[in-house]
Amino acid sequence: MSAVGREHPRLEGPDKVTGAARYAVEYPVDGVAYGWVVPAAATRGRITRVDVAPALAVPGVLDVLHHGNAPRLTPGVDDTLFLLQEPTVHYRGEYVAVVVADSLEAAREGARLVRIDYDTQPHSTVLSEHHPGLYRPDTVNPGYPTDTTDGDFDAGFAAAEVRLDATYRTPAYHNNPMEPHATTAQWRNGRLLVHDSTQGSTPVQATLAQLFGLPPEAVRVVAEHVGGGFGSKGAAKAPVVLAALAARQVDRPVRLALTRQQLFGPLGYRTPTIQRVRLGADADGRIAAICHDAISQTSGVHEFAEQTAVYTRSMYAGRHRRTTHRLARLDVPTPFWMRAPGECPGAYALESALDELASACGVDPVELRIRNDVTVDPDSGQPFSSRNLVACLREGARRFDWADRDPTPGVRRLGRWLIGTGVAGSSYPARSRAAAAAATAAPDGTFEVRINATDIGTGARTALWQVAADALEVPADRITIRIGDSDLPPAGVAGGSMGTASWSWAVIRACQGLRDRLRHVPGAAVPADGLTVEASTADEVRAQRPLARYAYGAHFVQVRVDADTGEIRVDRMLGMFAVGRVVNPSTARSQLIGGMTMGLSMALHEEGLLDERYGDWVNHDLATYHVSACADIERIEAYWLPEEDPELNPAGVKGIGEIGIVGSAAAVANAVHHATGVRVRDLPIRLDKLLDRLPAG
Amino acid sequence: MRESAKPTEDGWSSTVTLTVNGTGHNLTLDNRTTLLDALRERLALTGSKKGCDHGQCGSCTVLLDGRRVKSCLILAVTLDGRTVVTVEGLADPTGLSPLQAAFVAHDAFQCGYCTPGQLCSARGMLDEVARGWPSAVTGDLTAPVELTDAEVRERMSGNLCRCAAYPNIVAAIRDAAAAR
Repeated sequence: MSAVGREHPRLEGPDKVTGAARYAVEYPVDGVAYGWVVPAAATRGRITRVDVAPALAVPGVLDVLHHGNAPRLTPGVDDTLFLLQEPTVHYRGEYVAVVVADSLEAAREGARLVRIDYDTQPHSTVLSEHHPGLYRPDTVNPGYPTDTTDGDFDAGFAAAEVRLDATYRTPAYHNNPMEPHATTAQWRNGRLLVHDSTQGSTPVQATLAQLFGLPPEAVRVVAEHVGGGFGSKGAAKAPVVLAALAARQVDRPVRLALTRQQLFGPLGYRTPTIQRVRLGADADGRIAAICHDAISQTSGVHEFAEQTAVYTRSMYAGRHRRTTHRLARLDVPTPFWMRAPGECPGAYALESALDELASACGVDPVELRIRNDVTVDPDSGQPFSSRNLVACLREGARRFDWADRDPTPGVRRLGRWLIGTGVAGSSYPARSRAAAAAATAAPDGTFEVRINATDIGTGARTALWQVAADALEVPADRITIRIGDSDLPPAGVAGGSMGTASWSWAVIRACQGLRDRLRHVPGAAVPADGLTVEASTADEVRAQRPLARYAYGAHFVQVRVDADTGEIRVDRMLGMFAVGRVVNPSTARSQLIGGMTMGLSMALHEEGLLDERYGDWVNHDLATYHVSACADIERIEAYWLPEEDPELNPAGVKGIGEIGIVGSAAAVANAVHHATGVRVRDLPIRLDKLLDRLPAG
Repeated sequence: MRESAKPTEDGWSSTVTLTVNGTGHNLTLDNRTTLLDALRERLALTGSKKGCDHGQCGSCTVLLDGRRVKSCLILAVTLDGRTVVTVEGLADPTGLSPLQAAFVAHDAFQCGYCTPGQLCSARGMLDEVARGWPSAVTGDLTAPVELTDAEVRERMSGNLCRCAAYPNIVAAIRDAAAAR
């Protein structure tokens, strides 16, 4: 019986429930010192003086690193990581010094006492559609065209029987993995060893080697257990560089963990967005013209362009199409990836607009989406490898008892509660990236499979082990899987929902190669030192047929809204997905409901509130930046359709880390509208935005 | 009456006796050291996690004399003579405790970083329920508390999980509670 498709508890489960699993700053290290970061108190300007004397006077403080004394880094590698090299301050909160001490207490006390003077310059920190500096970036993340056009949108829109023109706004969102970014760095004989909280230690190894002018093999990056990332640990980030600098400066191993407050901004966040969506349709809701104009922000350090409108390019029909992206370069930290960058905020806008169009046309919103399904990708003109959006909508609607729904908003009451339901579509690209893996057979009949995959909580370790069992055709308990170490065969980050797709491909090829070799060993005798086959998927991945590859889903949500206070509670979330083959149903379900919950959180709770005077977030902790808690999740279900897609990768997986969040906020917002008749187009839907607009009891 | 911590000559530190997971420790600690940092940095008990260091996330939850507390909010030198149980002390002599086993079986975590706090919090919470302590969602304040999903959700909301394993956490806790 195949291992893939069967529920299996996480391999590292016992370690995680006993406290034995070690995260980045939890490894025993002799003579370790502690680093504490000092954030800039100016928004834009130059450091004119750093007074380290009061900090150095604290017993236990070893040194204070700043631009005037820190070891030099190679310029031009990554501008966000060119830390402690120049007196320039690009945004408030930028890390401008590090105090190193014998103890955490002394380091923290020292950091409080570092005195920095600044020459400040005027700054611009507020995103608006009227910002004079709006510009068109060359591409949007991770390399999409900035604008697209097909047909004649303006004419198509003008001629449409039903027109919708609405602007949706999302605030800054902060990833907030439970483990703040942290690193232990140690130099030994010119070699650098770091334990880092990262989504991928192969790229961190490469970046550190470049920054410190070392050959890659002189850098080892270990990330055995990682306390979440959600994109914010998707590349080398400041702590790993600062810890390595500090360790070199004081010639001792250094642990550097950021505080929760220090996470809000400098490590990336989801940009605020302003999105204008225009839909022109016939009276039956068939879209003829579709346009999505997205505005977001970037920083003066590095350009990051969220691909907000890309979702609209391939999702629904429309002969006349246009998408655009514009950026404002502000004196703020650089935005970065947060779970489904682009698709997540973009789907909130488009799937809300579809709900508004359904209301305007008097068409059921599930039916409206079905009517606007497509058979080829409207963006590329390519066929889909598989597209089961309609099946997700139909099966989800059946499970949710959608058929009996009265579309009238604001009319269902249960005591003091107004009840409503909402739907949204969902989609996320199914990509693969090259990776390498090795498989070794031992004479005792056991196997070891090695790949530098990272398990940030996705269940990748367990999924790859299951995949390896099937590829080797041996019971899984004879296999050991090793991941999370740059000494292992190189592989890409856990990101873009392509971890399992990419890594399993390499694991399967290595295991198949080993099986073939074993078949040809005389007497099937494995030599004493084992038999190893290493495989890379670079050629195969490059040779993939050009097809539109996407996972799909449909979200169904029921909310209740207090008719007097506007309090919103989510009774039920149901997600129906088509994500290719599912390797481990239990960990897959966890990822999907995790994404859906983050969408609920986005719709109702999360909001980075900017202090316009400084360009920094006021609510930079978990008491004031609200994320969903246990009591917020009452009933949540995730299901998937059986889906076989031979055009993906040998494991047939599409990736499930992100699709759960795509569209889920729109489904909540649509349900709130159905409950109350109030359409809130700027997230989050706080009760004060409903309060004076609720239907009279 | 408990003996109080003894300040050392440098004025920065004090000597305290702590019992952690059944083992007595005589420690000289910087007065500014939180219980969490004493556990992690002095006793190498890194199971207790530092998610926010401000009592806002619950990752550092441990049991202090049997009650759940956020170890990042307590200075260790105030705990002379007290007894602490961390996630490392939750297992039964024969293996995982029913609560730990239920967390594994229900996939009640993903990244695992909030998990030690969830487990200690759940252990403390079940004792609170057994003692009849009501919560904000308890209907009848005089009757014994019935451990419903709503009760578990309410009582566990001081422990954030960004991976959002919440429904699995609730299921695991109810499973373990039923087996008690």
